[in-house]
Amino acid sequence: MTLKSFLAAGAFVAASAVAMPAMAGETLDAVRDRGELRCGVNTGLAGFSNPDSEGNWQGLDVDVCKAIAASILGDADAVSYTPLTAQQRFTALQSGEVDVLSRNTTWTLTRDTSLGLHFAPITFYDGQGFMVRKELGVESVHDLDGATVCVQPGTTTELNLADFFRANEMDFEPVVIEDFEEVNAAYFAGRCDAYTTDSSGLASVRSTAPDPTAHMILPEIISKEPLGPAVRQGDDEFFNIVKWVVYALIEAEEYGVNSENLEEMRETSENPGIKRLLGAEPGMGEHLDLEEDWAYNAIEAVGNYGEIFERNVGPDTDLGLERGINGLWTDGGLMYAMPVR
Amino acid sequence: MTVPAGVDTDRKGVSAIWNDPQTRGIIYQALALILVVLVGWFLFSNTLQNLEERNISTGFGFLDRSAGFSISESLVDYEASDTYGRAFLVGLLNTFQVALLGIFLATILGTIVGILRLSTNWLVAKLASVYVEVLRNIPVLLQLFVWYGVITVSLPSPRQAFEPMPGVFLSNRGFMIPAPVEDPAYSYMGIAFAVAILLSITLRIWARRRQYLTGAQFPVFPCSVGMLIGLPILGWLIGGAPVVFELPVLQGFNFQGGITLSPEFAALLLGLTTYTSAFIAEIVRGGILGVDYGQTEAAASLGLRRVRILRFIILPQALRLIVPPTTSQYLNLTKNSSLAVAIGYPDLVSVGNTTLNQTGQAIEAVTIFMAVYLSFSLSISVFMNWYNSRIALVER
Repeated sequence: MTLKSFLAAGAFVAASAVAMPAMAGETLDAVRDRGELRCGVNTGLAGFSNPDSEGNWQGLDVDVCKAIAASILGDADAVSYTPLTAQQRFTALQSGEVDVLSRNTTWTLTRDTSLGLHFAPITFYDGQGFMVRKELGVESVHDLDGATVCVQPGTTTELNLADFFRANEMDFEPVVIEDFEEVNAAYFAGRCDAYTTDSSGLASVRSTAPDPTAHMILPEIISKEPLGPAVRQGDDEFFNIVKWVVYALIEAEEYGVNSENLEEMRETSENPGIKRLLGAEPGMGEHLDLEEDWAYNAIEAVGNYGEIFERNVGPDTDLGLERGINGLWTDGGLMYAMPVR
Repeated sequence: MTVPAGVDTDRKGVSAIWNDPQTRGIIYQALALILVVLVGWFLFSNTLQNLEERNISTGFGFLDRSAGFSISESLVDYEASDTYGRAFLVGLLNTFQVALLGIFLATILGTIVGILRLSTNWLVAKLASVYVEVLRNIPVLLQLFVWYGVITVSLPSPRQAFEPMPGVFLSNRGFMIPAPVEDPAYSYMGIAFAVAILLSITLRIWARRRQYLTGAQFPVFPCSVGMLIGLPILGWLIGGAPVVFELPVLQGFNFQGGITLSPEFAALLLGLTTYTSAFIAEIVRGGILGVDYGQTEAAASLGLRRVRILRFIILPQALRLIVPPTTSQYLNLTKNSSLAVAIGYPDLVSVGNTTLNQTGQAIEAVTIFMAVYLSFSLSISVFMNWYNSRIALVER
């Protein structure tokens, strides 16, 4: 763990010194030459990125990686996944160890400006919540004065936690453990009264609990956590691709294009928007320096945004999350794609 | 050096210089130095240039910015609104605390186990061997997880805490003991202890001088121990013998008041101490075995008592063998303390990693780590070398 972050930092220093590719256009070329997209994901967060029993990565963040790979290379499986802790993720991206970071990462001003990163559109609107053991009898976050709280270091969560308790003049004792598995274990062992992270993360952690019904997520959400993929600053071409792949997935849902009716839509649809999106009317791929079927491939591989959500974190999964603010803007949600035209 | 006849004089001069081993040595060393400086400069400037190209901010200015995260245990006052620099200080002091305590405890424990391994009692010797072999051969990170697991999983929650004696609680939130309530008597005790130390030193000097003059010996050691314990008690009595203790009380989620030893600190200290003590035990055993048994016999035949044989004959020779490898164990313990990050103790690396991640200043944070561990290691090393040269046998 420590060693890993040391190595990551060391690799960063070394990589910085040996002049890594960071100029415009180089990431796309590198991905094409390699025939593989390098994607940084969470070390294991059910619903977002988690290896299944056969070792295949699954989840919403993973589907974003697949969509990007399908757009560029036409093959959703041409991805190598690098599991990263909260502490390793930015260094891994900066040093070129991964091409894109698709790992429930909050878009903040500091990260956007001082880390040499660009954030692509949000793939999940989240907010920080708290989970407690039901037997504690806690009903609200405001009952947590004096509580011990488990949290992962180096996250916006850790900062929001301190801000929130300060603002409400309450005390707490943090237990800060780097490794996700270890911090979960500490919570389940009763080392902490409460566990805090993004509410989707809480749902994910609870689904892995020995007895999920023994834990409850408190009603309050104390922060905004817009989660989206990030790329290195300075490579506008690749940034555009990641950005528009995400928009394409959302746009597809809006048009009612999904992995089932995709081919039929391309052949028969008279809607100019759908024709542009699926490449029946050429031009969009060219602007991105991709094949015309870039969005077609992405949607074929992972479905539209709605399908991705339902499959990984929706009501029928272990996480059981409602669409809520992650619904389309036409349904009163925040998912709004810039027009593909 | 012979120069063949008929060689051009100029060339002769150059080759003469070149063939001089001393001059050649200097030239090679100068070249090596220039090369090192050039490579260092290249790495440094290139790193800076690359950082700038990628819009990654550099420099140590972030140390003055507000940290914004909380730290669970701290020897100095710290709040989330304090600076990153202060957070680093908290981590640094926590590292010092666990390293110094660990070194102290591992030395005592290691010496005892090392001597026990040489015991003539079969069972005792075997048990000591098992202790050494088991602890030495399991990675220290795993041992930390085990200790942490033992404390957090096997101990009950605060509401069902064990109470082995009144006011002492054991739970998965740590060990709580009563804390003495502040009273002037404690400062009297501190002064009395300092006076006792001074008196002991004076006594020793006086006893030595007297022994030179008259040959009569004085029981310095028991007297000093008596003073070191007796005087503070006297101070406590003069101060009115306060017996008020603040007891830990279960209040809300956890115990309030008293002194708390957190599970993270306890697990780290236990893990580092036992792991390093196994190595020190082997060093101590080797050191004692390294002194020829004939020395003991010779000393005994002079009529020296066992304690004096150990003190004047065996230990001075054994220490010479023990001190250098023990130094490296002290350094290992200090460096291993950075594994704290795995079990959540806020040591330097843990706090520094958080800072690194919040600010993105990877190079600066790692530079601070390197500077701290390097200077801490060098200090231990310098002190131990000084001690070694002091106790090493002076050959006459």
